[in-house]
Amino acid sequence: MEKIESNISKVGGYTGKRMTRDRLFRHVMTFGGLSVIIAISAIFFYLASVVVPIFMPAQMDDLQQFTLPQGAQEASVHLTSEEQAEIGVRMSDRGSVTFFDLRNGRVMAEAKIALPEAVGVSSFAAGDPSQQAVAYGLSDGRMLVLEQDFKVTFQVDPDDHEKDIRTITPSISYPAGSEPLLVDEAGRALKRLTMQHNGENTAAVALTEDGRLVMAAFESNSNMITGEVTTERFGIELPPVRGEISQLLLEVKQRDLYVVHGGRYVSHYDVMDKKSPRLVQTVALVPEGESITAAAILSGGFSLIIGTDKGKVAQWFQVRDADNNNHLTHIRSFKPMAGRVTTIAPEHFRKGFLVGDDKGNIGLYYATSNRLLLARSTGSEPVRVVGITPRANAIMVESAGDTIQSARVENDFPEISFSSLWQKVWYESYQEPEYNWQSSAATSDFEPKFSVAPLTFGTLKAAFYAMLVAVPLAVLGAIFAAYFMSPKMRSVVKPSIEIMEALPTVILGFLAGLWLAPWVDNNLAGTLMAIFMLPFSFVIAAYLWHLLPERLTAGIGAGWEAALLVPVIIVVLYVAIQLGHPVEAAFFGGNMPHWLSNELGITYEQRNSLVVGIAMGFAVIPTIFSIAEDAVFSVPKHLSSGSLALGATPWQTLLYVVLLTASPGIFSAIMVGMGRAVGETMIVLMATGNTAVMDLSIFTGFRTLSANIGVEMPEAAVGTTHYRLLFFSALVLFAFTFVVNTGAELVRQRLREKYSSL
Amino acid sequence: MRNWYKSGEPWIWATAGAVALSLVAVYAVVWLTAARGLTHFWPKPIAEVTLQERDGSTSRLIGEIREKEEVSLIRLREQGYKIDSKNLFTDRYLVKLGNKDLTGIDFKWFPAPMLGEFTYPKDMVAIERREWGNFYGRLKAVKETGNVVAEGPVAWAEMEKRLVRSNDLFRQALRIAKSDIGKINYALERVRLRERKLEMTNELTEAAKANFVKERGAREAEYAVLQQRLELIRRDIERDSVSIETSDGQLVDIPLAKIADMYMPNAMSVWQKMGFYVHKFYEFVSDDPREANTEGGIFPAIFGTVMMVLLMSVMVTPLGIMAAIYMREYAKPGPVIRTIRISVNNLAGVPSIVYGVFGLGFFVYVLGGSIDELFFAAALPAPTFGSPGLLWASLTLALLTLPVVIVATEEGLSRVPRTIREGSLALGATKAETLGRTVLPMASPAMMTGLILAVARAAGEVAPLMLVGVVKLAPSLPLDGSFPFLHLERKFMHLGFHIYDVGFQSPNVEAARPLVYATALLLVIIIVVLNLAAIRLRNRMREKLRGLEGV
Repeated sequence: MEKIESNISKVGGYTGKRMTRDRLFRHVMTFGGLSVIIAISAIFFYLASVVVPIFMPAQMDDLQQFTLPQGAQEASVHLTSEEQAEIGVRMSDRGSVTFFDLRNGRVMAEAKIALPEAVGVSSFAAGDPSQQAVAYGLSDGRMLVLEQDFKVTFQVDPDDHEKDIRTITPSISYPAGSEPLLVDEAGRALKRLTMQHNGENTAAVALTEDGRLVMAAFESNSNMITGEVTTERFGIELPPVRGEISQLLLEVKQRDLYVVHGGRYVSHYDVMDKKSPRLVQTVALVPEGESITAAAILSGGFSLIIGTDKGKVAQWFQVRDADNNNHLTHIRSFKPMAGRVTTIAPEHFRKGFLVGDDKGNIGLYYATSNRLLLARSTGSEPVRVVGITPRANAIMVESAGDTIQSARVENDFPEISFSSLWQKVWYESYQEPEYNWQSSAATSDFEPKFSVAPLTFGTLKAAFYAMLVAVPLAVLGAIFAAYFMSPKMRSVVKPSIEIMEALPTVILGFLAGLWLAPWVDNNLAGTLMAIFMLPFSFVIAAYLWHLLPERLTAGIGAGWEAALLVPVIIVVLYVAIQLGHPVEAAFFGGNMPHWLSNELGITYEQRNSLVVGIAMGFAVIPTIFSIAEDAVFSVPKHLSSGSLALGATPWQTLLYVVLLTASPGIFSAIMVGMGRAVGETMIVLMATGNTAVMDLSIFTGFRTLSANIGVEMPEAAVGTTHYRLLFFSALVLFAFTFVVNTGAELVRQRLREKYSSL
Repeated sequence: MRNWYKSGEPWIWATAGAVALSLVAVYAVVWLTAARGLTHFWPKPIAEVTLQERDGSTSRLIGEIREKEEVSLIRLREQGYKIDSKNLFTDRYLVKLGNKDLTGIDFKWFPAPMLGEFTYPKDMVAIERREWGNFYGRLKAVKETGNVVAEGPVAWAEMEKRLVRSNDLFRQALRIAKSDIGKINYALERVRLRERKLEMTNELTEAAKANFVKERGAREAEYAVLQQRLELIRRDIERDSVSIETSDGQLVDIPLAKIADMYMPNAMSVWQKMGFYVHKFYEFVSDDPREANTEGGIFPAIFGTVMMVLLMSVMVTPLGIMAAIYMREYAKPGPVIRTIRISVNNLAGVPSIVYGVFGLGFFVYVLGGSIDELFFAAALPAPTFGSPGLLWASLTLALLTLPVVIVATEEGLSRVPRTIREGSLALGATKAETLGRTVLPMASPAMMTGLILAVARAAGEVAPLMLVGVVKLAPSLPLDGSFPFLHLERKFMHLGFHIYDVGFQSPNVEAARPLVYATALLLVIIIVVLNLAAIRLRNRMREKLRGLEGV
């Protein structure tokens, strides 16, 4: 429509006040119009701003270098820090512990472990990082367990009485007593050691200098009455392995022991029962000619990470086979390091780890997502020891050059990668790679499973079944309503469809979940029969109507077919339901869902895709119907009149003239309907079981992106990976509907132009 | 036949069938909701029946027959029933047994072969209790402080008299506990916040402190008085009890304080039942929910929905109308108007849950968090506006319903004939004057239509509300007698969410189901009425403006 503009400013007679008001009015209205664009962009950009960080690479500051006093004489064996990553802790091969400021290297305190007379340190073992305990193996066959300790005190600031100064006093303590624990009864020096200490239980496995593999377990019990602590000890010698043992690894729950030996072998011992340990299997983890140079257990105690002399890094864990036997299995290989792997340090609570090689490179990896998050060079000297702070926000590196380097790391979302979101992932303690969405669990060593593939699949499955119901009904209905229906019937049908569109989905979902689902379960055969009988009944009814003598049908008929079919539908539904139970009795042993699962092996869930298809189809029909009806109805009349005048039947005219012209409009209607089906929340939330499974069966449920947001969003902690992934789901839904709706709108705009030119 | 087939007639009938099926579906849904929802308030007869176990033992059952369906015997056998029958199907009845505190089971399915004949003795009473659901049995005696005061036929009249008294006392106690004590608590919290605020700005002088102590003391004294009154009422209400005989002959004493209502459905006449129906319906819309929302009324949900919708209307109407006026009257054809149209369509097409996510992230955490830091720092770390609430829910839904208002208003504007505008401009009016004095008044029914449709949409929307402020049970209404009266930060209850929550999250779904149907019916009625009103308004305006077309 051509716009009409006032020419009052030109003809005079205006006052400044009126013109100002006119301008103001225009500005306000313009703002109103633009606010729509602002709103939709705000939604998009805000969602994107929350999502983007999870796809950002990890950040690391420049490495800072500092020298520690006795760095030259003693080599580090362990680097860690306290919780806040302010104070670094370095333990040396001679048993001295240095606490230093992680920002500038200033030494804050030094401590030396309390060694008995004439006894030296012969080996070192770090317990699981989450437990903080470490142990020194001694030359007399004993070990000393120690822990770093930080006392926080507050003092009033002398300058400002309102403020407190926080001082942290570091020290070491001996959680298992300051007296060393006896590991080797023969009293030989411990050459290699592994130890786990948690609360009352301490276990250690050591290689003695004469080549024996010994295990000792200690259990302390405190007497309830006297409070006296008694420690019980079991010691046993383990079956030997071939070749030289290079590393011993006991996992945190003290159930599995891994012995790296002979260069490329790992032997797995089951040490759950401390009195009868058992060698389960010996596996060559690397091919001939390559050797394992470093190994570590990831937090949680499931996975073994190994590094080789060729720089390869791989993850292995035990996989249970069909006979309930565990096999150490290769899970995934990571991007290799440049040089020989010298050291591996696991993160404290997540599945990440830091690797160093002999060419001075370090690499920060994440297991679940198979990512190399960061790769840096620390110089040309081989890396000797690496360490990660408890919150994984800083790393420490000691190279052979006797200096410690440290840097802050920003790495909040390592578990997200393309493969972890969209591909099968082999999660710890799973039998095979799987698509899995499991956002939370009770324990902290749980590996979060963030595969959005099953959710996306569920969303598409829901939309597919809904469209299967809605598209034929809505498109055919729209054709009839726009082209054949009598105007009087139209005035009844159109408001009904509007009511259909207005019915809240929560009510549809409620009826589907609490009424339709159990009802279909009890009348499955009848429901399926009704679905198959209905289309045929229309044609049969039409034929019977055609056979009726003309004087009966003359007055009514054309334009009222739909009304005539209403009783037919009711009768067919009634008959199908009545037949349902006898049919089930005759062919399906009296219970069709039961028969499906027992005879055909098809899982039947009460809240399944059939129910959702019907309920969501119902919700989508009016959307498609109104747009399609509009498209068919606005096909210029002269086109169809011309076709009819040339002798085509109404059906031919419809098929070859009207539908052809309106097909873009119908297509856009289906697109908009699809958008609605994809984003629908309440119906799927209430009418499916909401389990994230991936199969196409019509008799099982699914979990959709939207329902997942509805269920998990209120519980997700702000800013976490989980929270951002839910935003990511929302963004995916937004993007999908945006593309679909924009496409549909463009199609319609062009169609409108075409019609107006015809 | 062939000719008939070639004429395309069968296909036309097939398309007609699609329309017919859609119509059947719509009316079936409305009818189903109505049929289930309407019967909820009708007093159901209490049946007495003999239950025969397979081992020959029998027992008496008393309860309401809720449902009957034909079911396959395999299914029953899977559930552990042992029934000998040649048929593969049998009927089963769902019986509401009540007396949950005695038996632990509220609802149970019984296969028809196990049941004897149903009888409906006139002296059966149904007791609606404030806890533990319904109780069924026969009234034997009325007691006062443990002594029988009425027995046999006169017991009923005596009980009715005393029930009125105890219900009256209960309401008094409730008013004190909820309203009066709530007010004191609110006042105390405000005192705490004022003190904290002064403390934060270092202005908490000794004088101010003493003042606060005095203020607190006054409130606490009021509280003590109320507490004492409450104690008296509670002791008073404990006085009476009734003695009821259950199906197995056991006598159970129920204090009247625990009883909300008591009636004898089998003895009621149709008129009495109608009166009862009206009474129950009134209770339903005006009472608070009981027993984890599975009983009682839904007043807070209705109130919350209305409040939310009103607030939303205030926000969405001006913006929607402005946008429509711009699009129809000001924008020139070109990329801007095309972008706006695409935006409107997208706003309408974006899944509602996405609005919820946006509302939670942006409105609640970003906007609300900032407001808290600026104005409600004293209350931190407890969030005031930084947690989901009424304001954010309304704002989110305003965004969601914006396209509804725009589309309806634009349609109305497009129907105002061009001649009207030309006439006004020719007489020397500015464009703003033309719009304000002639076009907009003529299009106002369209704006009304848009608003009504937006309200209908908002009333039924649940998914985004779950994230931005709706809760299953709000401790207080968003509008009350404490300053500042309208509490925009409070969480509220909503009809649609109530349906979801009670239907799917409640521990006793079977018991809650009739109530959910009733709630659903109420919601359907509201939405259908609103939509019909909108349709009517729109049609009338079209008629009226069509008349002007030729002028």
